[in-house]
Amino acid sequence: MASKSPTARWISRPPGLTRAERRLVEAKNRLTSPWASALALVIAALWTVPTFGLLVTSFRGNRRDITSSPWWEALAPANWGGFSLANYETALGPQNKLGDYFTNSFVVTLPSVLIPITLALLAAYAFAWTEFRGRNILFIAVFSLQVVPLQVTMIPLLTQYVNWGLNGTYWVLWLSHAMFGLPLAIFLLHNFMREIPRELVEAARVDGAGHVQVFLRVIMPLMTPAIASFAIFQFLWVWNDLLVALAFAGNTPEVAPLTARLSDMVGSRGSAWHLLSAGAFISMVVPVAVFLALQRFFVRGLLAGSVKG
Amino acid sequence: MFRPTRILAALAAVVWLAGLTACGQAQSTTSAPETTTEAEGADAACAAYAQYGDLAGTKVTVYATFIDQEGSEYESSWAQFAECTGAEIAYEGSRDFEAQLPVRVEAGAAPDIAILPQPGLLRTVAATGKVKPAPAAVAANVDKYWSASWKAYGTVDGTFYAAPLGASAKSFVWYSPAMFADAGYTIPTTWDELTALTEKIAADGKAKPWCVGIESGTATGWPATDWVEDAVLRFAGGDNYDKWISHEIPFNDPSILESLTQMGKLIHDEKYVNAGIGDVQSIAAEPWTDAGYPIVDGQCYLHRAASFYQTNWTTLDESLVVGEDGDVWAFPLPGLTADSKPVIGGGDFVAAFSDRPEVQAFQAFLASPEWANAKATATPQGWVTANSGLDATLLKSPMDQLAFSVLADPGVEFRFDGSDLMPSEVGAGSFWKEMTAYFAQDKSAADVLAAIESSWPK
Amino acid sequence: MDLLLHPESPGDKLLLMVIAIAIFVGVTGAILGLLSLPKRMPRWVTPLGFLAPAVAAVCFGLVYPATVTVGNSFKDRAGQEFIGFGNYVQAFTEGQFLIVLRNSVAWVVLVPVLATALGLAYAALVDRTRFEKMAKTLMFLPMAISMVGASIIWKFVYDNKVGLLSEAYVGLAALFGQQVTAPQWLMNAPANTGFLIVVMVWIQAGFAMTVLSAAIKAIPDEINEAALLDGLTAWQLFRTITVPMIRPSIVVVLTTVAMTSLKAFDVVRTMTGGNYDTSVIANEFYTQSFTNQNKGLGAALAVLLFVIIIPVIVYNVRQLRKSEEVR
Repeated sequence: MASKSPTARWISRPPGLTRAERRLVEAKNRLTSPWASALALVIAALWTVPTFGLLVTSFRGNRRDITSSPWWEALAPANWGGFSLANYETALGPQNKLGDYFTNSFVVTLPSVLIPITLALLAAYAFAWTEFRGRNILFIAVFSLQVVPLQVTMIPLLTQYVNWGLNGTYWVLWLSHAMFGLPLAIFLLHNFMREIPRELVEAARVDGAGHVQVFLRVIMPLMTPAIASFAIFQFLWVWNDLLVALAFAGNTPEVAPLTARLSDMVGSRGSAWHLLSAGAFISMVVPVAVFLALQRFFVRGLLAGSVKG
Repeated sequence: MFRPTRILAALAAVVWLAGLTACGQAQSTTSAPETTTEAEGADAACAAYAQYGDLAGTKVTVYATFIDQEGSEYESSWAQFAECTGAEIAYEGSRDFEAQLPVRVEAGAAPDIAILPQPGLLRTVAATGKVKPAPAAVAANVDKYWSASWKAYGTVDGTFYAAPLGASAKSFVWYSPAMFADAGYTIPTTWDELTALTEKIAADGKAKPWCVGIESGTATGWPATDWVEDAVLRFAGGDNYDKWISHEIPFNDPSILESLTQMGKLIHDEKYVNAGIGDVQSIAAEPWTDAGYPIVDGQCYLHRAASFYQTNWTTLDESLVVGEDGDVWAFPLPGLTADSKPVIGGGDFVAAFSDRPEVQAFQAFLASPEWANAKATATPQGWVTANSGLDATLLKSPMDQLAFSVLADPGVEFRFDGSDLMPSEVGAGSFWKEMTAYFAQDKSAADVLAAIESSWPK
Repeated sequence: MDLLLHPESPGDKLLLMVIAIAIFVGVTGAILGLLSLPKRMPRWVTPLGFLAPAVAAVCFGLVYPATVTVGNSFKDRAGQEFIGFGNYVQAFTEGQFLIVLRNSVAWVVLVPVLATALGLAYAALVDRTRFEKMAKTLMFLPMAISMVGASIIWKFVYDNKVGLLSEAYVGLAALFGQQVTAPQWLMNAPANTGFLIVVMVWIQAGFAMTVLSAAIKAIPDEINEAALLDGLTAWQLFRTITVPMIRPSIVVVLTTVAMTSLKAFDVVRTMTGGNYDTSVIANEFYTQSFTNQNKGLGAALAVLLFVIIIPVIVYNVRQLRKSEEVR
């Protein structure tokens, strides 16, 4: 697990950790009571069953069955004939041009994740490891901005974007998502950055490293799990965003993301659950894939050996 | 410490650069589709469009609520206009239109043309002073092809802004002709007959008379307000209806209470609702889009809904035939007497935020019978207009023809959907909410009306 | 110019994206390069260089609009005339306001506590198990589903005809020989607010789990090992080592979820439309600002959101001070 992480080579680690880890796992398995396992199982079930219902629903061919009989009745072998791919075929059909919207979503999302993480890492470093007057007040002010509802920003920001002639372009989407993601990004990353033992940073400083070197060589490698966890969420918010896209870019095929298309598929008369359920799963595939991919970076033991005593 | 002035200076530089790029860009995007030899071949078809002049190289942006299938029907309705005049019509549809439009207008990003789904929104955006009064050509078309009351809906404080576009007639009761024939029921022509029919169906006991559903997501309750308006127009009368909407009489005037009570006798009674769905409370939970379906299953006989409900039947089941001899059909919700024809309806309106010649030409086109005919041709079902210049034979579905005949009938006592004309605090707020509470929480009619009255903005 | 502003083909769009990223990387690199110049610089230059881009961005994107909003909250519905505290008075005297306030407080207390507790328990339970990845993905799923998707999912739980909860209720009653019909879960206050809160907890627990899991993994193994050698049970290890070690992360998660659930209105809006006494301040804010186009009152409600969250911010300040002393 941990020992395979490419970032781990930055840290001196005592030999035999893997063995120690294995021992820990054994100890844990020995100590974990059946009650705890049962609890984990119950939580997992509670969290999954509703979604599973949606999955079943999305394969039910008959639109009327969806609202007139419970979804689990479709699971009875006698009713298996009712399953079909029709909803997915309609949702993915060529007239919906999901491919184009998929590109748009991708183009919107990647910079909108990269930019705030980078800026937040820099800011979090300043808050955690440099000294200046008013540091705490500024930090509190920044993370408190999380409470600002995005809706209040729409008119002031769009007015500026129109003045610049940039409304309806990708540029304002990147800028907006980056700005809106920053307070939480700084808050989360600062928290993880402060957990890094002071000795590590000070040792590097004594060796003559400037702040930039400390940031790049010491801090960044240790931040991998934190970056991965924030990246997942920023990705998710941008990917699932509809509000920012509609307000600043509009619902045109040139820029509108997948969510705008899926939301339109419901139709102006509403309650097309058969399409909605299929659409919800289509839009879910990418975030879940990203989550699975980034889990690799949720590594243990990056700080191993760095703590004295 | 850092100096904010530097940041500001840097920001200003970015802004300035952005402004430069934007200016350079503004000239390059307004390229319209080329009208080449192909267009020359279509000269004959273009004769009708000669009056709009040569608009080659211009662009008109249009913003509306119509999306998906509906949106492309609109786009094809003006495709010929674009081809013949050379103007590019850039259409954008959004379900979020009503929240987004005021934001865009205020931020200076208003479209050239917005199709407003209700007159209340016209008043809101007109208050910003950014809506342009309708040009003479539009006013001439509206004077010629619409009734004076329709023009009045597009007028704010004496200025005529917005020509009507589409329309709907809402006072219909859907039923199954076959079920009526089997049971020997006849179409009621007065409210008393409707009440008698309701009682008879309940007494026969095969199914409940009514099915009702008012759930509509964030707009839950609106189908109930249509019911109330129909009752008010009948039991309080047209004059009181107008005064009720303009708040010259209080919302809980005794005549309104009487109307709501009469409505409640039909659909706020366990004996008469809510077939195959549940009790009175279930009315609030049942999506309006699905609420008529029990008719198809023989679980209820009557469902009051607008003409545009016809598309809901075919969404449910493509094989359903809407028509007098089909699976489902509708009769007008009767008045108090057989010769009165009170009808509630709605419609959308075209507002312009620019007075460039190509925008005004397009506005005039949308108010013309040519556009109405083109739209009728492009629409399989579910669209009508109150434009009397429309060639009714172009309407493809029998229900649209019925709705058009109602809208065009001078003997009809037509009133615009009241909730669309009231201030949005009421018409899109307390009226919906309190009607929902009327069914969901068994709130009394008097309490419901009093609560709405107290929410009327002072 | 068209490529930079209005790319048409997918290829052009991707190219534009690459250009944008390149510009961003270039600018960031330049800032870091300047900061690492060997010259002696005044002490304030480094923090400034690290902070300026982020602070400038939030000033423009959030502080400036928030300031405009505070200003608007003292103006009339069109945002023109100054009317003092009129909007606040109206907000507080509105008939439903006490219910709305009560609901908002319930949301802001219950959602973070429940979501964090469940997320923490789950993260600790599945940590180092063979099924960890799979198990974590299951709890993460709700986060990945769009709001529209989530509202359909829960419709199929709460619906009184085809809902899972309704069936379970009827089935359970049948076990005891009772013949019942399921109630309309979302229509009966105040329990319905609880049912809506469950939906939000269901969504937010995945966030808590992910962040806390990253924090648990940051605990050096030596510490755990030493504790186990001392003979601590798993529960004691969790209580005396894990929780205290990740305490700052727990505070961060509680705070973040509190702020998210305070300003979230889509659960309420999509599931009950604010009917049946389930409305929250954020929903009222949206209604006033967009449906009613009452800018002043909408702005006042947005300011109230901030006022409600102040205790949470104060709590964070205390925590910050405390940990400052420890260092």
